[in-house]
Amino acid sequence: MTTASLRLALVGAPNTGKTSLFNRLTGSSQKVANYPGVTVERKSGGFVTPEGRSVTVLDLPGTYSLRGRSPDEEITRDIVLGRFDGEAVPDLVLCVADATNLRLTLRLVLELKRVGRPMMLVLNMIDIAKRRGVTIDLDRMSQELGLPIVTAVAVRKGGVDELLQRTDEFLARSHEATASEWATPTIADLKAAQREADRIIAAAVTLPTKPDTLTNRIDSVVLHPVWGLVILAVILFVMFQAVFTWAQPAMELLSDGFSALGQLIHDLLPESWSLLQSFLQNGLISGVGSVIVFLPQIIIIFLFILLLEDFGYMARAAFLMDRIMGGAGLHGRAFIPLLSSFACAIPGIMATRVIDNRRDRLTTILIAPLMTCSARIPVYTLIISAFVPATSLWGFVNLQGLVMFGLYAAGITSALTVSAIAKFFLWRDHAPAPFMLELPDYKVPRLRSIAIGVLNRAKMFLYRAGTTILSMMVLIWFLASFPTAPAGAEGPAINYSFAAMIGHALEPLLRPIGFNWQIAVALIPGMAAREVAVAALGTVYSIEGGKEAAEQIGQVLAQKWTLATALSMLVWYIFAPQCASTLAVIRRETGGAKWMVVTFLYMLALAYAASFLTFNLAQALGLH
Amino acid sequence: MTGDPNCSQDNLQDIRLGHADRGFVGKIIRLDALVTGSSLSPQELEQRLVEMGFVEGARVEILHEGTIRRDPIAVRVDNITIALRRSEAMAVIVE
Ligand SMILES: Nc1nc2c(ncn2[C@@H]2O[C@H](COP(=O)(O)OP(=O)(O)OP(=O)(O)O)[C@@H](O)[C@H]2O)c(=O)[nH]1
Ligand SMILES: [Mg+2]
Repeated sequence: MTTASLRLALVGAPNTGKTSLFNRLTGSSQKVANYPGVTVERKSGGFVTPEGRSVTVLDLPGTYSLRGRSPDEEITRDIVLGRFDGEAVPDLVLCVADATNLRLTLRLVLELKRVGRPMMLVLNMIDIAKRRGVTIDLDRMSQELGLPIVTAVAVRKGGVDELLQRTDEFLARSHEATASEWATPTIADLKAAQREADRIIAAAVTLPTKPDTLTNRIDSVVLHPVWGLVILAVILFVMFQAVFTWAQPAMELLSDGFSALGQLIHDLLPESWSLLQSFLQNGLISGVGSVIVFLPQIIIIFLFILLLEDFGYMARAAFLMDRIMGGAGLHGRAFIPLLSSFACAIPGIMATRVIDNRRDRLTTILIAPLMTCSARIPVYTLIISAFVPATSLWGFVNLQGLVMFGLYAAGITSALTVSAIAKFFLWRDHAPAPFMLELPDYKVPRLRSIAIGVLNRAKMFLYRAGTTILSMMVLIWFLASFPTAPAGAEGPAINYSFAAMIGHALEPLLRPIGFNWQIAVALIPGMAAREVAVAALGTVYSIEGGKEAAEQIGQVLAQKWTLATALSMLVWYIFAPQCASTLAVIRRETGGAKWMVVTFLYMLALAYAASFLTFNLAQALGLH
Repeated sequence: MTGDPNCSQDNLQDIRLGHADRGFVGKIIRLDALVTGSSLSPQELEQRLVEMGFVEGARVEILHEGTIRRDPIAVRVDNITIALRRSEAMAVIVE
């Protein structure tokens, strides 16, 4: 028992701080947020106790019971019961409870005791409990439950010292696991356990005379039937305005920096190295650089999302939107996964694991890629900045921000419509499952965790720019530069390249929706990731423009595209399945290629049809 | 169906939580999931409600309600807040 690594598992009701504890113990930075159902995977990490025991700890999805009614809860059940493939039963179960909210966790503790594993109860968030004046008689509770109890503050440095020490003490003694008596609890079992839990709470916990009313006061505004919706709309609106206006100075700085860098490289390299010169200036700087320019916008959107998540607003937004979601045939728990898809569809699709019904889960997965993910921001911004004037309306609304807001609204509307249609045609007899969600108390967002979250996102974005986007750019630069133009040829050299050949071959297919051959070339590698299209257009147009074309890509587009083409391209990006990783995740999460193919085809069809309509309508209106 | 045989008689004062207005404060008498507008089976609905802490004797208060048809509702159950739709709240009999 002393040499091999010991296995700990963190189990508890949702939103009790298991992941925060995991991060504190192992030094990782897994996602933490103030709503139930954040963790949907098993995560493993390691640490060494003060006495030098090496320990492996598992972070698990939160659950109210071991029944396992949705895919995330099944993971927790299987680990605890030792049914999980390739994973031995934990040596010690750390049951994590929110000290301010013990009812549901204590019932889970009573259920877990039947499993017979050695167990310890961690009363987390004891800082909040103390501040509110909740007093807990730990000895009494420990005696009633027959378990060791330790308090913790997962989010504070040193807040888990006692836990570490007690874990050492616990592990120093040998513990016999008893045989599991667990069976799926019946309703009567649950009620009996709840009564027992309530009895223990009554015996050991003294609640303050004045309960926390701050959450209630905030909610009476935020969940107000009228003001609540107004506030939700204002938050979203401010978010998209901010993406435009706040990011502008930083973006201009980056963009000028890259232009200057390109020029510098151009001037430094001797004329005879024109191939390298072109690769660095057109491939790298005009390509990858044109994507990195959007970093400030990515940071702003994530800052907003993380702040809302940490504050506890997500569950409230789900409450406000529930009837609308239900009207579109969506499951009550579909809202948060869809809202997460504003950041990226991949975590959004993962988050659908909290949905218990398979059909409801599939519908949500199918429409998650329609939500406007952050990878669309570069494409939208590029086109909007080139074609929409930055005038301000009524003094405070930026027209460009308004168009952005419209594109987000279009994404949401189309997602709801697709869901309604899918329900109508595929699963007409199936009523979606209800909405039942715990609304957690508000918490002051912690700057440190927000900063880490934003930093992680920024790193991921730059990593993508340096890997996927860079490799696609090398490919495009190569295709656009070779074969070189024959001696004495007319027009830009790119017209003789592979890229032009491919583009021209595809052009007939895309002409009805107003796309030229340069766009066609950008769309193919753009299947890898949405931002690639921006980088590809940057490279293609800068090679075409010749060496002196250090112009910024936006200005080039404004000259070369008609407004009808630009609108068609915007609409294309609302729908088109231009993201290989999303498709791969759909395949993994649905357990087969079928739904991946369905998603790809329906999105492609929608994109083509919508762009076709937009382009022709715009032309008929004379928007050239 | 609902566990507690002492309460099988319907009391005139008893109402369903799904019918109550905002500001309502009461106590859960029993659960009866047989006739609700929910898409869940009575068994499953009752189990979920119990898992969320809706058990006999718990104090309930309707704190907030939604915009469309005053649905869903946010209910304080002892000291936690649960959001749910009125159709599911129909299974909770309160006084
Ligand atoms: N004040 C305080 N806040 C805490 C503490 N532990 C966690 N939190 C906050 O509680 C919220 C939930 O924390 P998580 O770690 O995501 O909870 P979880 O149990 O992993 O949640 P699920 O994965 O959804 O089951 C976050 O907003 C944390 O910042 C604590 O000890 N004190
Ligand atoms: Mg977690």
